[in-house]
Amino acid sequence: MAKRIEVSDLNIYYGDFLAVEGVNVAIEPRSITALIGPSGCGKSTFLRSLNRMHEVIPGARVEGKVVMDGQDLYGADVDPVDVRRHVGMVFQRPNPFPTMSIYENVLAGNRLNSRRMKKSEADDVVERSLRGANLWNEVKDRLDRPGSGLSGGQQQRLCIARAIAVEPDVLLMDEPCSALDPISTLAIEDLMTELKDRFTIVIVTHNMQQAARVSESTGFFNLNGVGQPGRLIEFNPTEKIFSNPDQKATEDYISGRFG
Amino acid sequence: MSTDTRPAAPAPVPPSRPVRVERRLPRLAPLGLYLAGLALGAGVSALTGSGLASTVVYGVVLGTLAVYLAARSVEGRRKATDRLVTCLVTTAFALAMVPLVSLVWTVLGNGLARFDATFFTNSMFRVVGEGGGAYHAILGTLVITALATAISVPIGLMTAVYLVEYATGRLKRAITFFVDVMTGIPSIVAGLFAFALFTLLFGNDVRLGVMGAVALSVLMIPVVVRSCEEVLKLVPNELREASLALGVPKWRTIVKVVLPTAIAGLGTGVTLAVARVVGETAPLLVTVGLITGTNLDPFDGRMATLPVFAYYQLTQPGTDTQAFLDRAWTAALVLIILVMALNVVARLISRLLAPKTGR
Amino acid sequence: MTATKAPSEPRSQRAVRRPGDRIFAGSAKASGIFILLVLAGVAAFLVSEAVPALTAPAEDVPGGEGLGAYVAPLVLGTLLGAVLALLVATPLAVGIALYTTYYAPRRVATGMGYVIDLLAAIPSVVYGFWGLAVLAPALVPLHVWAADTLGFLPFFAGPASTSGRTMLTVGLVLAVMILPIISAISREVFSQAPALHREAALALGATRWEMIRMAVLPYGKSGVIGGAMLGLGRALGETMAVAIVLSGGAGATLNLISSSNPSTIASNIALRFPEATGLGINTLIASGLVLFVITLAVNMLARWIVNRRADFSGAN
Repeated sequence: MAKRIEVSDLNIYYGDFLAVEGVNVAIEPRSITALIGPSGCGKSTFLRSLNRMHEVIPGARVEGKVVMDGQDLYGADVDPVDVRRHVGMVFQRPNPFPTMSIYENVLAGNRLNSRRMKKSEADDVVERSLRGANLWNEVKDRLDRPGSGLSGGQQQRLCIARAIAVEPDVLLMDEPCSALDPISTLAIEDLMTELKDRFTIVIVTHNMQQAARVSESTGFFNLNGVGQPGRLIEFNPTEKIFSNPDQKATEDYISGRFG
Repeated sequence: MSTDTRPAAPAPVPPSRPVRVERRLPRLAPLGLYLAGLALGAGVSALTGSGLASTVVYGVVLGTLAVYLAARSVEGRRKATDRLVTCLVTTAFALAMVPLVSLVWTVLGNGLARFDATFFTNSMFRVVGEGGGAYHAILGTLVITALATAISVPIGLMTAVYLVEYATGRLKRAITFFVDVMTGIPSIVAGLFAFALFTLLFGNDVRLGVMGAVALSVLMIPVVVRSCEEVLKLVPNELREASLALGVPKWRTIVKVVLPTAIAGLGTGVTLAVARVVGETAPLLVTVGLITGTNLDPFDGRMATLPVFAYYQLTQPGTDTQAFLDRAWTAALVLIILVMALNVVARLISRLLAPKTGR
Repeated sequence: MTATKAPSEPRSQRAVRRPGDRIFAGSAKASGIFILLVLAGVAAFLVSEAVPALTAPAEDVPGGEGLGAYVAPLVLGTLLGAVLALLVATPLAVGIALYTTYYAPRRVATGMGYVIDLLAAIPSVVYGFWGLAVLAPALVPLHVWAADTLGFLPFFAGPASTSGRTMLTVGLVLAVMILPIISAISREVFSQAPALHREAALALGATRWEMIRMAVLPYGKSGVIGGAMLGLGRALGETMAVAIVLSGGAGATLNLISSSNPSTIASNIALRFPEATGLGINTLIASGLVLFVITLAVNMLARWIVNRRADFSGAN
């Protein structure tokens, strides 16, 4: 559970286009790491490279190393599918499977891989995951209803439950609250602080208050101009980033939009 | 822009007027005029003693003219043109309804005579005059169509999956283009292809049910590919990502998430493809032939199929001509019912299998 | 594996792939390639079965004057019927498409589109029945009238057929059959005409027709042309309706209304194939090859026109 990720000299390409350049960072276990920066600076691309989800786009590839507890995720004999079982992901827009009930959605990771499970064991996983996502009390009476019938915030928590049901070590969140209302956002943020005891959490957010509220460490991504690669400008404890950043660019970005 | 910054002399402001009130025909006037024209046309053709066709032609021309002239005199040239086009466009639609209604009416009128139990339970074995039926042909059509579906759906669906989920670059463009081209293969050419293929394999004069199924597959595969491709494209990428991010391999993602999400559209597309080939006659004529008895083994000699049965009943009537014609029309009626039923089923599938939102 | 790799060479493309993934992706790709092979096979087998007719001495080919003389009137008949159908169907189809997209009340428009689509669902053999039993007799007066008043044109030279089983009737049956294809594609492109342009035209005070002329027709033009070409392709290859309605088999003539008409390639195959033997079969297959080439050319042109529009329409 909850592993440390070390990224060294990571370059990410889409075809010939260098999207993110030279990232070196160590992400600590049992903490929340926030990634902030302007649109198109490569923070989402970087996040997706941590569980090799960016490879879904044809032509995407990386150079450099992403090491999780001693194992290089981009090693020659590493299966990206296995990587994703250890590094879960929650997306910007809630995306429960429309053909499945709430119950089946939570079990999707197991069921889709045809893992055999006793009914009682499955019930346990569903309840544990839904409790873990603070959704159990709201849906326990309608587990057989379609997941798409829930509200946006509930759907997103269902997606979190689905992601933690496969018991990953790391949870990546790509702007998980940007499609949600403020109350749902608060619920997710509370959930994140609960989950960080069990998982390494990395979250991309446009909302700097959110980064300041929930994270221990913050990385600031920026790029020099359109067509230039994004870079990790600064990585520091969140308090320091928001009070006394090392870099001028970080300060400009934060003071320009913060407060 | 010029650099002249001198303030221009204020243009004389025209006294503000309310929007000019346009002269318009009353709402129902065009319709009334059109109907009056129709009636006049009917009167004229009645006086000259012509048939129904000329009544309609005179009526439409006079009705359109009446509307145009009235609009021209009251509303002006532009509005009149607009009304003229409205008349023409509506007439075009009504005109297209004529053959449909006439066709359905004729087939019903002629086909109901033999729409009886004998038709559905008897074959033509040793029938030379009255009686007999299309039992053998209906079953033959079902067998061959089912076989064609069994060939086409896996190939078509997998090709659609390939195009949507995997293919890139030149091969994708080539397949897309040639699938489009294949939709245009004349059905008789598909039949000749199956004939040539099996002739090379098994020698001359071979006629098998499976040849017909192959010929129908050539016609059916591109339809299946196109409709499945369209449906698979509609599955949101987010669902694929959600599944992949759970550590599900891509092929399981496709089989267990993408295809079930699209199942309604896929079912509809396949059913419509079946509907398209079930009435095909020409390819079966040259590959399967026709027999009078019941043969349900597509790998053993000629079979009877409903469209070919209908065709021969009409074009090669025996001694009792009327009996053959009656059977032909009933076969045509059954064909139409079959196709319409498949269309209805397709619609039902898309309604019943669509993902429920549960809200 | 070479030691010197170009830096831009994709590295992680060689990622580990599961057997399941490899099998599934492989069979999907195989299906796609199989379709290409089928199309190539259609061409190859037709050619191989047509070769005996191509190489046979002229007097052995049915008709006794060689393959060219055998096929030429059929090609003429095929083109004549299809072009006639196209000329009748295209304006009607455009009218129908405009009616269902911009004139019909919104609530019933989709239902009307569905009704038109039903025309496409009716099997061609049934169209043949209808053409023979209803349309042909109904058109006899038209034939007489055309021979009387338009007789100076080669198309209507007469003498008028008394059965109505003429190229004119065939053209009209084919027109009904291709109507839904053309109108479906036209409907699609018309409904995709940019709302911005349409509203701009209306805001300038244009009437509905002026709006359609300014904003819809220019946008949909190539779509209509492409749809018409697809309809042409269908009409060229249509078999059963022609075989049933047309009393064909006479030599090459442009006369649309007399009782001696050239047959079409497809209907000629359908009529002669069941009884053909030996070189007769090869000759028919050779004529089928000609039909295949003609429709292939027409369809490729049509697809090219339709797809060219799709490329710059930005409708994705």
